[in-house]
Amino acid sequence: MFDFTTITTAIDQFLRSMMPAQFAIIVECILVAACALLAYVMFAIVMIFMERKVCAAFQCRLGPMRVGPWGLLQVFADVFKMLIKEIISINRSDSFLYRLAPYLVVMSSVLTFCCLPFAKGLQVLDFNMGVFFLMATSSFGVLGILLAGWSSNNKFSMIGAMRSGAQMISYELSIGLCMLTVVTLSGTMQISELVEQQHDAWFIFKGHLPAMLAFVIYLIAGNAETNRAPFDLPEAESELTAGFHTEYSGMHFGFFYVAEFMNLFIVAAIASTLFLGGWMPLHISGFDTFNMVMDYIPGIVWFLGKTFFIIWVLMWFRWTFPRLRIDQVPTLEWKYLVPIGLVNLLIMTVCVVMGWTF
Amino acid sequence: MKFRDTYIGKIFNGTRSLLTGLGVTLKEFFTKKVTEQYPENRKTLKISDRHRAMLYMPLDENGNNKCIACGLCQSACPNGTITVKTKTVTDEETGKSKKVLLEYTYDLGCCMFCQLCVNACPKDAIAFNNHFENAVFDRSKLVLKLNK
Ligand code: SF4
Ligand code: SF4
Repeated sequence: MFDFTTITTAIDQFLRSMMPAQFAIIVECILVAACALLAYVMFAIVMIFMERKVCAAFQCRLGPMRVGPWGLLQVFADVFKMLIKEIISINRSDSFLYRLAPYLVVMSSVLTFCCLPFAKGLQVLDFNMGVFFLMATSSFGVLGILLAGWSSNNKFSMIGAMRSGAQMISYELSIGLCMLTVVTLSGTMQISELVEQQHDAWFIFKGHLPAMLAFVIYLIAGNAETNRAPFDLPEAESELTAGFHTEYSGMHFGFFYVAEFMNLFIVAAIASTLFLGGWMPLHISGFDTFNMVMDYIPGIVWFLGKTFFIIWVLMWFRWTFPRLRIDQVPTLEWKYLVPIGLVNLLIMTVCVVMGWTF
Repeated sequence: MKFRDTYIGKIFNGTRSLLTGLGVTLKEFFTKKVTEQYPENRKTLKISDRHRAMLYMPLDENGNNKCIACGLCQSACPNGTITVKTKTVTDEETGKSKKVLLEYTYDLGCCMFCQLCVNACPKDAIAFNNHFENAVFDRSKLVLKLNK
């Protein structure tokens, strides 16, 4: 497999030869930030286009077809529209928090985005507590949502934010349990190490039954984390106009919108990293020629392929199921997903201890 | 208590019903899409035969207008869309006088396509076709004379 660290070390060496080490690090930080933000936006655009097309297909429509071939330029038109719209400031809102909220949401999702291993060596943040860090960063996005609801001085926003708080904090638990299941199986929290360990078989095959169960629970809880239907209570249009971002306009709304899509991408990417091997090609131990052929497909293609497949599955959920009632959301989590997750973790631990994994 | 009402049973039952829903949408995902790309598909566009777009007067097999100028359509129309102008002529052979159609005016802009006129007509002299591209720049162009 091609290792991207060869490129990064080359750049590093080049910069160090040009300037003192501290400056080199600063320049590298700026470069990385620029690349990460660029990738973030690019993926957001791809995701919005995909959402429109997939949604259309599920509803037996064609989706956008007019702007550009197959409507390819539609998203750019949308983004442009969003950029030139006025950002309206609300009377009697807490204006500092009101402005801060969208940035918190975006910051959390960008930070999480940086933990994703796109290919061998192509990862911004990688250290021995990766999974932990990932959970921490992904969960402070809810702070932004709560602030948005609180500061905009609007009943709908407030209800939406409170629902979102209740929902995201409880589903965080299931996500944590599923990740813990994988960590139990692998014995490491470092993301690059997690992917490395799947070189002979993906975790979903290695951990067989408990891993598959964890995968399914992760998909359900992940869907709830991204505030998407059937868990879109925080912004239930028919009940709360637009929930926590009712009062936002222009690019501030755009941040919420982009962050929502990117959270979907992140949830799918984490699922593919933890369960489907991340950038690791499909390897079956014993079939060496098959593994060789698979290795010719670059890691980033594998990663994006798996991620977009899971995104498609999540969109499939979204366009199939009706919205849950507010009392059903905690019921599903606390009465079903958490107990199942705990039992599942126990099963996984027993399997690992007894050596019943592949 | 039946198994399906127990905690475990509910999990299985719920999963099954969710999977049924997913199956339905998956089928929908791969079916042919129903979107009509008008005007690109103008050549192949098929409008339902039952569509009511514009009133017209179908001719009989000899190419004659079937209308007997009875005016039933005019009185059936709730919108006053139709005006039937008649004149009385005397039949040369029998010497009886008879109303014939002079001018049949139909105001497309007033019509609500309820089809009451068509139902009222005793001779099936009027019908709806599906020439739906009726946009014009001037309202007076919507007032049509249907008989030739
Ligand atoms: S369809 Fe209805 S509104 Fe139109 S002309 Fe006939 S009776 Fe009048
Ligand atoms: S169109 Fe039919 S209903 Fe109307 S005047 Fe002629 S025959 Fe009578």
